Amino acid sequence: MNMQPYRATTIRILRQLAADHRSMAMVLVVPSAVITLMYFMFRDMPHPPYLPSPFARACLILLGLFPLVVMFLITSITMQRERGSGTLERILTTPLRRFDLLAAYGSAFSLAAAAQAALACAVSFWFLGFHTAGAPALVVLIAIVNAVLGVGLGLLCSAFARTEFQAVQFMPVVIIPQLLLCGIIIPREAMPDWLRWISNALPATYALEALQQVAGHTETTTVTVRDIAIVIAFALATLMLAAATLRRRTP
Amino acid sequence: MMISSLDEFIDGPPPAIDIAGLTVIRGKHTAIDDVSLQIRSGSITGLLGPSGCGKTTLMRSIVGTQILTNGTVTVLGRPAGSPQLRRRVGYLTQQPTIYDDLRVIDNVRYFAALTGAAKTAADDAVAAVGMQEHRTALCNKLSGGQRTRVSLACALVSDPDLLVLDEPTVGLDPVLRVDLWEQFHRLARAGKTLLVSSHVMDEADHCEELLLMRDGRLLAHTTPGRLREDTACTSLEEAFLTVIRRSTAAGSR
Repeated sequence: MNMQPYRATTIRILRQLAADHRSMAMVLVVPSAVITLMYFMFRDMPHPPYLPSPFARACLILLGLFPLVVMFLITSITMQRERGSGTLERILTTPLRRFDLLAAYGSAFSLAAAAQAALACAVSFWFLGFHTAGAPALVVLIAIVNAVLGVGLGLLCSAFARTEFQAVQFMPVVIIPQLLLCGIIIPREAMPDWLRWISNALPATYALEALQQVAGHTETTTVTVRDIAIVIAFALATLMLAAATLRRRTP
Repeated sequence: MMISSLDEFIDGPPPAIDIAGLTVIRGKHTAIDDVSLQIRSGSITGLLGPSGCGKTTLMRSIVGTQILTNGTVTVLGRPAGSPQLRRRVGYLTQQPTIYDDLRVIDNVRYFAALTGAAKTAADDAVAAVGMQEHRTALCNKLSGGQRTRVSLACALVSDPDLLVLDEPTVGLDPVLRVDLWEQFHRLARAGKTLLVSSHVMDEADHCEELLLMRDGRLLAHTTPGRLREDTACTSLEEAFLTVIRRSTAAGSR
C-alpha cells in the first residue's frame, strides 16, 4: 500500500485550511464564543434542582452538533471548489486513489474538528462550570465522530452541487431536518410514529442520544457504545457513497 | 484510412499513442468523429485547429478522463487511463488547474508527492518554467500566464514519458515561449513524447508532426515541411486554410 498520495493530500488540505486565517479562527473560536453566550443567557434562569440546568442541556447539544454543521459546510464548499476548478479531474489522473482522497479529507477536517472540540470542551468544562457524569473525553470523541459524519455528508452533497452557492443550500436540506427530528426541540417520544421512524433513520439522533447518555451516566453505557458505532457506520456509508460519485472518466 | 502512416511504424518502436476509430459524443454533439492516428515515441506533435474543433476532447481521451463512445485509445502500450499510466502521463489542462490558496512551491510539491517524484524535482520544475523568483508566492496573487506556468510545472514534475499539453503557451511573453519550446525539444531528445495543442499556427513550426483538426475530424496528419509542399503555401496559416478548403470541397462533392 502506497500511503504517500494520501499523506500528501491530507497535508495539502490542512495547508489550504491554515492559509485561510479567518476561516481557521472561526472554526476554532465560534463554538466556544456561542457556548459562552449561552452561559450568560441561561445563567439567571431558574430551574428545578433535580434537573440539569438549561445551560448544561444546551451546551451538550452545541458541543456535539457544532462539528457536524461546521464540517458539513466547510467540506461541501471545499470539495465543490475542487470539482469546479478542475483540480479534482487533474489529481485523479495521478496515482491518487479515490479513497485516498476521501480519507485525506476525512483526516484533515477531523483534525480541525478535534482542535475545535478540544477548545470548546476546555472552555465549557473549565470556565463555564459544565460537567457530565461520564468522561469529558467521550464528549470530545463524539464531537469528532460527528465531524467525520459532517465531512462524509459534505463530500456526498458536493457531488450534487454545480456551484458553491448550491453547495451551501444543501445545509437546510441535509442538516436542519436532522436537528429538528433528533429530539432537541421536542422529545422523540412525543413525535407521531412516522416522524419517529424518520428520526430513527437519521444519524444525528444517535449522536444526541450518545451525548445524553454520557451526560447522565458515570459508566460508559452499552447505548453510548452502540450509538457511537451507528454514527461511525453512517459516516463510513456516506464516505462510500461519496467515493461512488468521484469519477475519473466523465462524459 | 491512414494506411500510409501505419506503414512507417511497422519496423520502428511501438507508437506512444495509438488511436483507432475514436468517436466521442458529448450530449448531442459529436466532439470527435471517427479519428484514427498514431503518434511516434520521442516526437513533438502539434494538435492544431480552431477552438471548439475537439482538441481538448481528444487530449482528455488520451489521458483517460473522457468517456469514449466508440474506438480505442492505446497509450504507451496500455489502454488510456490505466493505473500503470498514471505516473507516466503528464497532463496540462487549458485552464490552469492549481490550488490558488497554496504557494507555488507547495502546489508543485503536492503533485510531486502524488506521483512519487523527489522533493528536489519540485524545485527543478519551478525553475524550468521560470518561476523561481515567485516560488513562495500565493497562486491567487499571480497573473494568468504565471498560473499557466505553475500548472505546467505540476505536469513536468513527475518527469512523465508522455506530456499532453493543452495550449501551454497561451498568454506567455515571447521570450518565455521560446524558452519553453527549447525545453520541449530537450524533453523530446531525451525520448519523451509531447502532444501540444494550439489554436495559433505560428507555433506549428516548432513541431515535427502536425495533426490538423476541424469539427471533430482529423483533416491531416503531416509535417510542417510536407504541409507546405502539399499546399504550395509558405505560411502555415495559409496552408491550413487551404487544407480546410480542400476538405470542404471534397465533402460537398
